[in-house]
Amino acid sequence: MIEEPTGRDGVIPMREEFIATGEAKEKVVEMSDVNFSYNGTPVLRDVTFAVERGDFLSIVGPNAGGKTTLLKLILALLKPSSGSIAVFGESPVMARSRIGYMPQTASLDLQFPVTVNDVVLMGRLGGTGSWGIFGGEDRRAAEEALRRVEMQDFRNRAFSDLSGGQRQRVLIARALVSGPELLLLDEPTSNIDVAVETEFFELLKELNSRMTIVLVTHDLGFVSKYVGRVACVNQKVFIHPTSSISGEMINELYGADVKMVRHDGNLMTRMCNV
Amino acid sequence: MSEFFADIKTQTFLQFALATGLLASVACGVIGSFVVARRITYIAGGIAHTVLAGLGAARYCQVTYGWQWFHPLYGAVIAALLAAAVIGTVSLAAHQREDTIIGAVWAVGMAVGILFIFKTPGYNVDLMSYLFGNILIVSRDDLWLIALLDGFIVAVTILFYNRFLAVCFDEEFARIRGVPVERYYLLLLAMTALTVVLLVTVVGIVMVIALLTLPAAVAGHFVKRLSHMMILATVCTALFTLSGIVVSYGPNLPSGATTIVIAGVAYLAVMLFEWLRTFGRSS
Repeated sequence: MIEEPTGRDGVIPMREEFIATGEAKEKVVEMSDVNFSYNGTPVLRDVTFAVERGDFLSIVGPNAGGKTTLLKLILALLKPSSGSIAVFGESPVMARSRIGYMPQTASLDLQFPVTVNDVVLMGRLGGTGSWGIFGGEDRRAAEEALRRVEMQDFRNRAFSDLSGGQRQRVLIARALVSGPELLLLDEPTSNIDVAVETEFFELLKELNSRMTIVLVTHDLGFVSKYVGRVACVNQKVFIHPTSSISGEMINELYGADVKMVRHDGNLMTRMCNV
Repeated sequence: MSEFFADIKTQTFLQFALATGLLASVACGVIGSFVVARRITYIAGGIAHTVLAGLGAARYCQVTYGWQWFHPLYGAVIAALLAAAVIGTVSLAAHQREDTIIGAVWAVGMAVGILFIFKTPGYNVDLMSYLFGNILIVSRDDLWLIALLDGFIVAVTILFYNRFLAVCFDEEFARIRGVPVERYYLLLLAMTALTVVLLVTVVGIVMVIALLTLPAAVAGHFVKRLSHMMILATVCTALFTLSGIVVSYGPNLPSGATTIVIAGVAYLAVMLFEWLRTFGRSS
């Protein structure tokens, strides 16, 4: 399943934008001292981090470690118990129209009678016309978004007839159709087989040239290959560049089901049990 | 069956019954599709049984206090809307306790209705027609009311179709796209409540759920869009209620129960057909 990381000397090549420092970029997401508890159980503690414009950040961590919660806080679907969250410098509710969101496919009713086109058009709600009736512009945008994920031939197919990977592409099209500046993806790789994985990440890389991407995943092979930075979430959040992971270490770590990443200094710290 | 076709030309009550069946199909097909797609059958059931409280209370007031204007139908509408508001608010606020609350509303509504009917002076045959419906006692005024309700439901559904679709399919996503999810969900439940009241006259409280879900479930096998499901479910409901009236008339069977049995047989046939098809494909 997991491919050997490639790169000279077994070291994954760094991506330039993450080496460059000192340059002040616009903060797309900014969380400071955020705490969140659900029914009295703390889910996230003292979370402080920022996502900058153009970032490609991956959120990893154990199940129920707070990954999806983090996304839902950014989307204002959940309110933090304390601390502050700013998205594009404003309150998360105000920023929603600039965000594209892809939920986990597992959260949807797969028997629901909708076509692929119906699903994608949902991403156009709230944009045009106060009644939510779609016009030609919405339809063109939906067509374009489906072309982006190479699902245009499935336009009139029932959503329930698609394979898991195809459904995920459609949900990404729905997230893209509003022309977002920030793309949030929850487990976009869970149903994608290795054969199309590369293709899928080429797409994300291309999208990343125009928008900031934050994605939740458990697929570390993917993280090491494509993503700029990693946020390890297990109640607390730590951000690391993936640039310094060596192939040997990854092999070793997968065996132990543990991911090691370099903290700011030289010290290797065990952060995430994934 | 021949008796029916002989009587239909002369008997207005039969003509009214047929018109009721046809008109009710529209609201039933549209709302039934929402109920099936959004999986809120249990909520519709809770609302239906609470209707008895409204019917009973109104009848009690009519007989005991002489409030002739307080038609049981008004009582039913008030009770149904109240039940929808309570269940809707609770289900939006606390997802995990939803089924308990629905169960409580369901049973308490029914109990209150039975108490009122029990204390209403005089011999009471109303209870049976409330529980099992009697499409043959529909008046001209009732027909107008049903037509009005149809118009309202169809207009609201067409106007807000895309938003309802988004709220039913993926509530969170709709919220992020700026759709006021609570408002649309409660509006949907209110329309469900009104449809339930209407269907109580056709098949009675006990069988409302079957008429809301079976035609939509049958339609669901043949379509891939919610709007198409609504149209086909309307056609199915019309076929079921009309054939229910026609078949039950001669042997003097209760028309509501006959309608439901026909709908149930059709649903089973579709399921069997579907099963045979997949079985044939896999072997």
